[in-house]
Amino acid sequence: MDKAAIDSIIEKYESKHENIIAILQDVQTLENYLPEETLRYIARKMELCLTRIFDITTFYKAFSLVPRGRHVIKVCCGTACHLGGSVSNIDQIKRTLRIKEGEPTEDRMFSFETVNCLGACALAPVVAVDDEYHEAVDAGKIEKILSTYEQEEDK
Amino acid sequence: MKIPIIIDNKMVKVDRGTPVLLAARKADIFIPTLCYHELLEPYGACRLCIVEVVQNRQRRLVTSCNYPAEPGMEVFTDTDPVRKIRKVLVELLLARCSEVPVVQKLARRMGIETSELKKKETKECVLCGLCVRFCEEVVSVSAIGLSNRGIEREVTTPFKTASDTCIGCGSCSYICPTGCIEMVPDKTPGMREMHMGKLTLEPCTNHYQCENCSTDQQFLNNLKKEVTRFRDTFSRFRNQES
Ligand code: SF4
Ligand code: SF4
Ligand code: FES
Repeated sequence: MDKAAIDSIIEKYESKHENIIAILQDVQTLENYLPEETLRYIARKMELCLTRIFDITTFYKAFSLVPRGRHVIKVCCGTACHLGGSVSNIDQIKRTLRIKEGEPTEDRMFSFETVNCLGACALAPVVAVDDEYHEAVDAGKIEKILSTYEQEEDK
Repeated sequence: MKIPIIIDNKMVKVDRGTPVLLAARKADIFIPTLCYHELLEPYGACRLCIVEVVQNRQRRLVTSCNYPAEPGMEVFTDTDPVRKIRKVLVELLLARCSEVPVVQKLARRMGIETSELKKKETKECVLCGLCVRFCEEVVSVSAIGLSNRGIEREVTTPFKTASDTCIGCGSCSYICPTGCIEMVPDKTPGMREMHMGKLTLEPCTNHYQCENCSTDQQFLNNLKKEVTRFRDTFSRFRNQES
Protein backbone atom coordinates (compact mmCIF):
# COMPACT_ATOMS: atom_id res chain seq x y z
CA MET A 1 0.00 0.00 0.00
CA ASP A 2 1.34 3.37 -1.06
CA LYS A 3 0.32 5.47 1.92
CA ALA A 4 1.68 8.74 0.56
CA ALA A 5 -0.25 8.36 -2.69
CA ILE A 6 -3.45 7.48 -0.85
CA ASP A 7 -2.98 10.40 1.51
CA SER A 8 -2.64 12.77 -1.41
CA ILE A 9 -5.83 11.41 -3.00
CA ILE A 10 -7.69 11.98 0.26
CA GLU A 11 -6.12 15.42 0.48
CA LYS A 12 -7.24 16.22 -3.05
CA TYR A 13 -10.84 15.70 -1.99
CA GLU A 14 -10.30 17.59 1.26
CA SER A 15 -11.01 14.42 3.22
CA LYS A 16 -14.71 15.15 2.83
CA HIS A 17 -17.01 12.24 3.58
CA GLU A 18 -19.33 13.09 0.70
CA ASN A 19 -16.42 12.57 -1.70
CA ILE A 20 -15.83 9.01 -0.62
CA ILE A 21 -16.92 7.48 -3.95
CA ALA A 22 -14.53 9.67 -5.93
CA ILE A 23 -11.75 8.86 -3.47
CA LEU A 24 -12.37 5.13 -3.76
CA GLN A 25 -12.41 5.38 -7.56
CA ASP A 26 -9.03 7.10 -7.59
CA VAL A 27 -7.59 4.61 -5.11
CA GLN A 28 -8.85 1.75 -7.24
CA THR A 29 -7.17 3.23 -10.30
CA LEU A 30 -3.99 3.47 -8.26
CA GLU A 31 -4.04 0.01 -6.75
CA ASN A 32 -6.01 -1.89 -9.42
CA TYR A 33 -8.49 -3.05 -6.78
CA LEU A 34 -9.49 -2.15 -3.23
CA PRO A 35 -7.54 -4.28 -0.75
CA GLU A 36 -8.98 -4.70 2.75
CA GLU A 37 -5.90 -3.17 4.32
CA THR A 38 -6.25 -0.03 2.20
CA LEU A 39 -9.93 0.37 3.02
CA ARG A 40 -9.19 0.05 6.72
CA TYR A 41 -6.50 2.70 6.34
CA ILE A 42 -8.87 5.09 4.52
CA ALA A 43 -11.53 4.59 7.19
CA ARG A 44 -9.08 5.46 9.95
CA LYS A 45 -7.57 8.36 8.08
CA MET A 46 -10.88 9.94 7.14
CA GLU A 47 -12.59 9.04 10.40
CA LEU A 48 -15.30 7.39 8.38
CA CYS A 49 -16.94 4.22 9.55
CA LEU A 50 -15.57 1.09 7.89
CA THR A 51 -19.07 -0.36 7.67
CA ARG A 52 -20.14 2.54 5.43
CA ILE A 53 -17.11 2.07 3.18
CA PHE A 54 -17.70 -1.67 2.91
CA ASP A 55 -21.38 -1.11 2.07
CA ILE A 56 -20.48 1.36 -0.68
CA THR A 57 -17.77 -0.79 -2.21
CA THR A 58 -20.01 -3.85 -2.32
CA PHE A 59 -22.98 -1.86 -3.65
CA TYR A 60 -21.32 -0.51 -6.79
CA LYS A 61 -20.22 -3.01 -9.39
CA ALA A 62 -17.43 -0.68 -10.48
CA PHE A 63 -15.55 -1.41 -7.25
CA SER A 64 -13.63 -4.62 -6.82
CA LEU A 65 -12.47 -6.05 -3.51
CA VAL A 66 -10.46 -8.77 -5.20
CA PRO A 67 -7.47 -8.32 -7.51
CA ARG A 68 -8.32 -7.67 -11.14
CA GLY A 69 -6.29 -8.44 -14.22
CA ARG A 70 -4.15 -5.79 -15.90
CA HIS A 71 -6.75 -5.87 -18.66
CA VAL A 72 -10.38 -5.95 -17.59
CA ILE A 73 -12.73 -7.57 -20.06
CA LYS A 74 -16.32 -6.38 -19.85
CA VAL A 75 -18.93 -8.47 -21.60
CA CYS A 76 -22.16 -6.63 -22.23
CA CYS A 77 -25.29 -8.58 -21.33
CA GLY A 78 -27.85 -5.97 -22.33
CA THR A 79 -30.85 -7.04 -24.39
CA ALA A 80 -29.28 -6.50 -27.80
CA CYS A 81 -26.02 -8.21 -26.83
CA HIS A 82 -27.82 -11.05 -25.09
CA LEU A 83 -29.86 -11.77 -28.21
CA GLY A 84 -26.72 -11.47 -30.30
CA GLY A 85 -25.05 -14.24 -28.31
CA SER A 86 -23.16 -12.74 -25.36
CA VAL A 87 -23.76 -15.97 -23.43
CA SER A 88 -21.59 -17.99 -25.76
CA ASN A 89 -18.95 -15.24 -25.68
CA ILE A 90 -18.85 -15.55 -21.90
CA ASP A 91 -18.49 -19.32 -22.13
CA GLN A 92 -15.69 -18.92 -24.62
CA ILE A 93 -13.83 -16.44 -22.40
CA LYS A 94 -14.20 -18.74 -19.41
CA ARG A 95 -12.89 -21.68 -21.44
CA THR A 96 -9.99 -19.79 -23.01
CA LEU A 97 -8.75 -18.11 -19.84
CA ARG A 98 -9.90 -20.81 -17.41
CA ILE A 99 -11.33 -18.26 -14.98
CA LYS A 100 -14.66 -17.53 -13.36
CA GLU A 101 -16.38 -14.15 -13.44
CA GLY A 102 -14.63 -11.58 -11.28
CA GLU A 103 -11.50 -13.70 -10.96
CA PRO A 104 -8.10 -12.84 -12.46
CA THR A 105 -6.03 -15.23 -14.54
CA GLU A 106 -3.01 -16.77 -12.82
CA ASP A 107 -0.61 -14.29 -14.46
CA ARG A 108 -2.96 -11.40 -13.58
CA MET A 109 -3.16 -10.59 -17.26
CA PHE A 110 -6.96 -10.65 -17.59
CA SER A 111 -10.06 -10.69 -15.51
CA PHE A 112 -13.59 -10.48 -16.80
CA GLU A 113 -16.91 -9.22 -15.61
CA THR A 114 -20.36 -8.91 -17.07
CA VAL A 115 -22.10 -5.56 -17.31
CA ASN A 116 -25.72 -4.78 -17.94
CA CYS A 117 -25.37 -2.31 -20.76
CA LEU A 118 -22.41 -0.53 -22.26
CA GLY A 119 -24.73 1.74 -24.23
CA ALA A 120 -23.46 0.61 -27.59
CA CYS A 121 -26.35 -1.59 -28.70
CA ALA A 122 -25.74 -0.91 -32.40
CA LEU A 123 -22.41 -2.74 -32.07
CA ALA A 124 -23.94 -5.81 -30.39
CA PRO A 125 -22.64 -8.14 -29.13
CA VAL A 126 -20.03 -5.93 -27.53
CA VAL A 127 -16.96 -7.02 -25.61
CA ALA A 128 -14.91 -4.20 -24.12
CA VAL A 129 -11.32 -4.69 -23.05
CA ASP A 130 -10.24 -1.80 -20.83
CA ASP A 131 -11.55 1.20 -22.79
CA GLU A 132 -11.53 -0.45 -26.18
CA TYR A 133 -14.82 -1.66 -27.64
CA HIS A 134 -14.92 -4.70 -29.88
CA GLU A 135 -18.06 -4.95 -31.98
CA ALA A 136 -20.07 -7.85 -33.33
CA VAL A 137 -18.03 -10.35 -31.39
CA ASP A 138 -18.76 -14.04 -31.67
CA ALA A 139 -17.14 -16.91 -29.83
CA GLY A 140 -14.72 -17.50 -32.70
CA LYS A 141 -13.25 -14.01 -32.41
CA ILE A 142 -12.56 -14.12 -28.69
CA GLU A 143 -9.18 -15.81 -28.85
CA LYS A 144 -7.98 -13.43 -31.55
CA ILE A 145 -9.01 -10.37 -29.58
CA LEU A 146 -7.33 -11.59 -26.42
CA SER A 147 -4.13 -12.55 -28.18
CA THR A 148 -3.62 -8.99 -29.46
CA TYR A 149 -3.33 -7.86 -25.84
CA GLU A 150 -0.96 -10.68 -25.03
CA GLN A 151 1.26 -9.74 -27.98
CA GLU A 152 1.26 -6.11 -26.89
CA GLU A 153 2.52 -7.10 -23.48
CA ASP A 154 5.18 -9.36 -24.93
CA LYS A 155 6.69 -6.45 -26.82
CA MET B 1 -47.46 25.59 13.73
CA LYS B 2 -50.20 23.00 13.74
CA ILE B 3 -51.88 22.22 10.46
CA PRO B 4 -55.05 20.22 9.87
CA ILE B 5 -54.96 17.18 7.59
CA ILE B 6 -57.74 14.76 6.80
CA ILE B 7 -57.15 11.04 7.23
CA ASP B 8 -59.98 8.68 6.35
CA ASN B 9 -62.44 11.55 6.75
CA LYS B 10 -61.14 12.39 10.22
CA MET B 11 -59.45 15.69 10.87
CA VAL B 12 -56.13 15.64 12.77
CA LYS B 13 -53.98 18.60 13.75
CA VAL B 14 -50.25 17.98 13.64
CA ASP B 15 -47.05 19.94 13.16
CA ARG B 16 -46.20 20.59 9.53
CA GLY B 17 -43.81 17.89 8.31
CA THR B 18 -44.89 15.22 10.80
CA PRO B 19 -44.84 11.81 9.11
CA VAL B 20 -48.35 10.90 7.96
CA LEU B 21 -48.01 7.64 9.88
CA LEU B 22 -47.74 9.46 13.19
CA ALA B 23 -50.64 11.71 12.31
CA ALA B 24 -52.74 8.63 11.64
CA ARG B 25 -51.71 7.06 14.92
CA LYS B 26 -52.80 10.23 16.66
CA ALA B 27 -56.22 9.75 15.14
CA ASP B 28 -56.25 6.08 16.20
CA ILE B 29 -56.08 4.88 12.62
CA PHE B 30 -54.12 1.68 12.17
CA ILE B 31 -51.44 1.50 9.48
CA PRO B 32 -49.28 -1.64 9.45
CA THR B 33 -45.53 -1.11 9.70
CA LEU B 34 -42.47 -3.28 9.95
CA CYS B 35 -39.39 -1.16 9.47
CA TYR B 36 -40.58 1.85 11.46
CA HIS B 37 -39.33 2.44 15.01
CA GLU B 38 -39.97 5.51 17.18
CA LEU B 39 -36.31 5.82 18.10
CA LEU B 40 -35.01 5.72 14.55
CA GLU B 41 -35.17 7.85 11.45
CA PRO B 42 -37.85 6.63 9.02
CA TYR B 43 -36.38 4.35 6.40
CA GLY B 44 -39.15 3.37 3.99
CA ALA B 45 -37.93 -0.16 3.35
CA CYS B 46 -40.86 -2.48 4.02
CA ARG B 47 -43.51 -0.45 2.13
CA LEU B 48 -46.25 -1.89 4.38
CA CYS B 49 -47.27 1.57 5.59
CA ILE B 50 -48.34 2.56 2.08
CA VAL B 51 -51.32 4.95 1.83
CA GLU B 52 -53.01 7.05 -0.82
CA VAL B 53 -52.50 10.78 -0.61
CA VAL B 54 -54.46 13.45 -2.46
CA GLN B 55 -52.49 16.64 -2.77
CA ASN B 56 -52.88 19.49 -5.28
CA ARG B 57 -55.57 17.40 -6.95
CA GLN B 58 -53.10 14.58 -7.54
CA ARG B 59 -53.57 11.10 -6.16
CA ARG B 60 -50.42 9.19 -5.24
CA LEU B 61 -49.33 6.10 -3.37
CA VAL B 62 -46.70 6.94 -0.75
CA THR B 63 -45.11 5.35 2.29
CA SER B 64 -46.64 7.11 5.27
CA CYS B 65 -43.70 6.62 7.66
CA ASN B 66 -41.55 9.06 5.71
CA TYR B 67 -44.14 11.24 4.00
CA PRO B 68 -44.50 14.69 5.59
CA ALA B 69 -47.88 16.18 6.44
CA GLU B 70 -48.64 19.31 4.43
CA PRO B 71 -51.61 21.68 4.63
CA GLY B 72 -54.61 20.70 2.55
CA MET B 73 -53.63 17.08 2.12
CA GLU B 74 -56.07 14.23 2.35
CA VAL B 75 -55.02 10.68 3.19
CA PHE B 76 -56.77 7.38 2.58
CA THR B 77 -55.35 4.40 4.43
CA ASP B 78 -57.68 1.63 3.38
CA THR B 79 -58.50 1.87 -0.32
CA ASP B 80 -58.49 -0.99 -2.82
CA PRO B 81 -55.04 -0.28 -4.30
CA VAL B 82 -53.56 0.06 -0.80
CA ARG B 83 -55.08 -3.23 0.35
CA LYS B 84 -53.94 -5.00 -2.78
CA ILE B 85 -50.33 -3.86 -2.43
CA ARG B 86 -50.18 -4.67 1.27
CA LYS B 87 -51.56 -8.12 0.61
CA VAL B 88 -48.82 -8.91 -1.88
CA LEU B 89 -46.18 -7.58 0.51
CA VAL B 90 -47.44 -9.63 3.42
CA GLU B 91 -47.61 -12.75 1.27
CA LEU B 92 -44.02 -12.24 0.24
CA LEU B 93 -43.01 -11.76 3.86
CA LEU B 94 -44.91 -14.86 4.84
CA ALA B 95 -43.10 -16.85 2.20
CA ARG B 96 -39.80 -15.58 3.47
CA CYS B 97 -40.41 -16.15 7.15
CA SER B 98 -43.50 -18.20 7.79
CA GLU B 99 -42.81 -18.81 11.45
CA VAL B 100 -42.12 -15.29 12.63
CA PRO B 101 -44.87 -14.12 15.02
CA VAL B 102 -44.80 -10.47 13.86
CA VAL B 103 -45.34 -11.52 10.28
CA GLN B 104 -48.02 -14.06 11.19
CA LYS B 105 -49.87 -11.40 13.16
CA LEU B 106 -49.72 -8.96 10.24
CA ALA B 107 -51.01 -11.64 7.91
CA ARG B 108 -53.91 -12.56 10.22
CA ARG B 109 -54.88 -8.94 10.57
CA MET B 110 -55.08 -8.73 6.81
CA GLY B 111 -57.04 -11.94 6.52
CA ILE B 112 -54.27 -13.95 4.91
CA GLU B 113 -53.90 -17.48 6.17
CA THR B 114 -51.13 -18.98 4.12
CA SER B 115 -49.03 -17.66 1.33
CA GLU B 116 -49.46 -19.30 -2.04
CA LEU B 117 -45.87 -18.55 -2.79
CA LYS B 118 -43.22 -21.16 -2.31
CA LYS B 119 -41.71 -21.13 1.15
CA LYS B 120 -38.07 -20.37 1.37
CA GLU B 121 -37.16 -20.62 5.03
CA THR B 122 -38.92 -20.34 8.34
CA LYS B 123 -37.15 -17.20 9.40
CA GLU B 124 -34.97 -15.08 7.24
CA CYS B 125 -33.75 -11.52 7.18
CA VAL B 126 -36.29 -9.23 5.54
CA LEU B 127 -33.76 -6.39 5.10
CA CYS B 128 -35.80 -3.98 7.19
CA GLY B 129 -32.56 -2.38 8.33
CA LEU B 130 -33.71 -2.02 11.94
CA CYS B 131 -30.59 -3.70 13.34
CA VAL B 132 -28.25 -1.63 11.19
CA ARG B 133 -29.98 1.64 12.02
CA PHE B 134 -30.21 0.84 15.72
CA CYS B 135 -26.53 0.02 15.87
CA GLU B 136 -25.75 3.28 14.10
CA GLU B 137 -28.28 5.75 15.52
CA VAL B 138 -28.75 4.53 19.07
CA VAL B 139 -25.68 2.48 19.96
CA SER B 140 -23.49 4.78 17.82
CA VAL B 141 -21.23 1.92 16.85
CA SER B 142 -22.13 1.00 13.25
CA ALA B 143 -20.64 -2.44 13.52
CA ILE B 144 -23.01 -3.89 10.95
CA GLY B 145 -24.27 -2.67 7.62
CA LEU B 146 -26.27 -3.69 4.58
CA SER B 147 -23.82 -4.76 1.95
CA ASN B 148 -24.16 -5.80 -1.69
CA ARG B 149 -27.30 -5.14 -3.68
CA GLY B 150 -30.35 -6.80 -5.16
CA ILE B 151 -30.82 -10.43 -4.22
CA GLU B 152 -27.37 -10.52 -2.66
CA ARG B 153 -28.13 -7.74 -0.15
CA GLU B 154 -27.40 -8.84 3.39
CA VAL B 155 -26.70 -7.66 6.89
CA THR B 156 -23.07 -8.18 7.72
CA THR B 157 -19.95 -6.76 9.29
CA PRO B 158 -17.20 -5.22 7.12
CA PHE B 159 -15.40 -8.02 5.23
CA LYS B 160 -17.71 -10.52 6.91
CA THR B 161 -15.27 -11.11 9.71
CA ALA B 162 -15.48 -10.63 13.44
CA SER B 163 -16.13 -6.97 14.05
CA ASP B 164 -13.59 -5.02 16.04
CA THR B 165 -16.11 -2.35 16.96
CA CYS B 166 -19.15 -4.38 18.02
CA ILE B 167 -19.63 -4.06 21.75
CA GLY B 168 -21.88 -7.10 21.96
CA CYS B 169 -24.77 -5.11 23.40
CA GLY B 170 -27.30 -7.37 21.70
CA SER B 171 -29.49 -4.48 20.55
CA CYS B 172 -29.53 -5.77 17.01
CA SER B 173 -30.68 -9.16 18.19
CA TYR B 174 -33.34 -7.57 20.40
CA ILE B 175 -34.80 -5.32 17.71
CA CYS B 176 -34.74 -7.79 14.83
CA PRO B 177 -38.37 -8.63 14.03
CA THR B 178 -37.55 -11.96 12.42
CA GLY B 179 -35.19 -13.29 15.06
CA CYS B 180 -32.43 -13.98 12.60
CA ILE B 181 -29.73 -12.34 14.71
CA GLU B 182 -29.26 -14.55 17.71
CA MET B 183 -27.21 -14.36 20.85
CA VAL B 184 -26.77 -17.93 21.90
CA PRO B 185 -24.88 -19.83 24.56
CA ASP B 186 -21.43 -20.87 23.40
CA LYS B 187 -20.11 -24.42 23.64
CA THR B 188 -18.25 -23.31 26.76
CA PRO B 189 -20.70 -22.97 29.65
CA GLY B 190 -21.49 -19.37 30.61
CA MET B 191 -20.17 -17.99 27.34
CA ARG B 192 -22.18 -16.40 24.56
CA GLU B 193 -21.72 -15.92 20.86
CA MET B 194 -23.68 -14.14 18.16
CA HIS B 195 -25.15 -15.60 15.01
CA MET B 196 -25.94 -13.23 12.22
CA GLY B 197 -27.60 -15.17 9.44
CA LYS B 198 -24.85 -17.34 8.04
CA LEU B 199 -22.18 -15.46 9.96
CA THR B 200 -20.98 -16.20 13.44
CA LEU B 201 -19.70 -13.17 15.26
CA GLU B 202 -17.16 -13.51 17.98
CA PRO B 203 -16.03 -9.96 18.42
CA CYS B 204 -15.78 -9.85 22.19
CA THR B 205 -12.72 -11.59 23.56
CA ASN B 206 -14.52 -11.95 26.85
CA HIS B 207 -17.49 -13.69 25.17
CA TYR B 208 -19.86 -10.91 26.23
CA GLN B 209 -19.49 -11.70 29.89
CA CYS B 210 -19.98 -8.05 30.70
CA GLU B 211 -20.37 -8.76 34.42
CA ASN B 212 -16.85 -10.16 34.67
CA CYS B 213 -15.17 -7.88 32.19
CA SER B 214 -12.33 -5.65 33.35
CA THR B 215 -13.41 -2.89 30.95
CA ASP B 216 -16.82 -2.93 32.55
CA GLN B 217 -15.42 -3.07 36.08
CA GLN B 218 -13.50 0.10 35.39
CA PHE B 219 -16.61 1.70 33.97
CA LEU B 220 -18.73 0.62 36.94
CA ASN B 221 -16.19 1.94 39.43
CA ASN B 222 -16.13 5.30 37.68
CA LEU B 223 -19.89 5.34 37.60
CA LYS B 224 -20.07 4.57 41.34
CA LYS B 225 -17.65 7.40 42.04
CA GLU B 226 -19.73 9.80 39.96
CA VAL B 227 -22.93 8.82 41.71
CA THR B 228 -21.37 9.25 45.17
CA ARG B 229 -20.03 12.64 44.17
CA PHE B 230 -23.43 13.69 42.88
CA ARG B 231 -25.15 12.51 46.08
CA ASP B 232 -22.67 14.41 48.22
CA THR B 233 -23.18 17.66 46.39
CA PHE B 234 -26.89 17.11 46.39
CA SER B 235 -27.14 16.51 50.15
CA ARG B 236 -24.92 19.51 50.84
CA PHE B 237 -27.20 21.59 48.69
CA ARG B 238 -30.24 20.35 50.60
CA ASN B 239 -28.63 21.10 53.98
CA GLN B 240 -27.98 24.62 52.84
CA GLU B 241 -31.60 25.00 51.84
CA SER B 242 -33.06 23.98 55.19
S1 SF4 C 1 -24.37 -6.25 19.42
FE1 SF4 C 1 -22.80 -5.27 18.12
S2 SF4 C 1 -23.75 -5.22 16.10
FE2 SF4 C 1 -25.41 -5.57 17.55
S3 SF4 C 1 -26.21 -3.51 18.02
FE3 SF4 C 1 -24.67 -4.01 19.59
S4 SF4 C 1 -22.76 -3.12 18.81
FE4 SF4 C 1 -24.19 -3.23 17.07
S1 SF4 D 1 -31.31 -8.93 10.58
FE1 SF4 D 1 -33.37 -8.57 11.38
S2 SF4 D 1 -33.41 -6.40 11.95
FE2 SF4 D 1 -31.63 -6.70 10.62
S3 SF4 D 1 -32.41 -6.20 8.57
FE3 SF4 D 1 -32.62 -8.42 8.82
S4 SF4 D 1 -34.72 -8.71 9.60
FE4 SF4 D 1 -34.23 -6.53 9.86
S1 FES E 1 -42.90 1.39 7.96
FE1 FES E 1 -42.94 2.71 6.26
S2 FES E 1 -41.84 1.58 4.79
FE2 FES E 1 -41.66 0.32 6.53
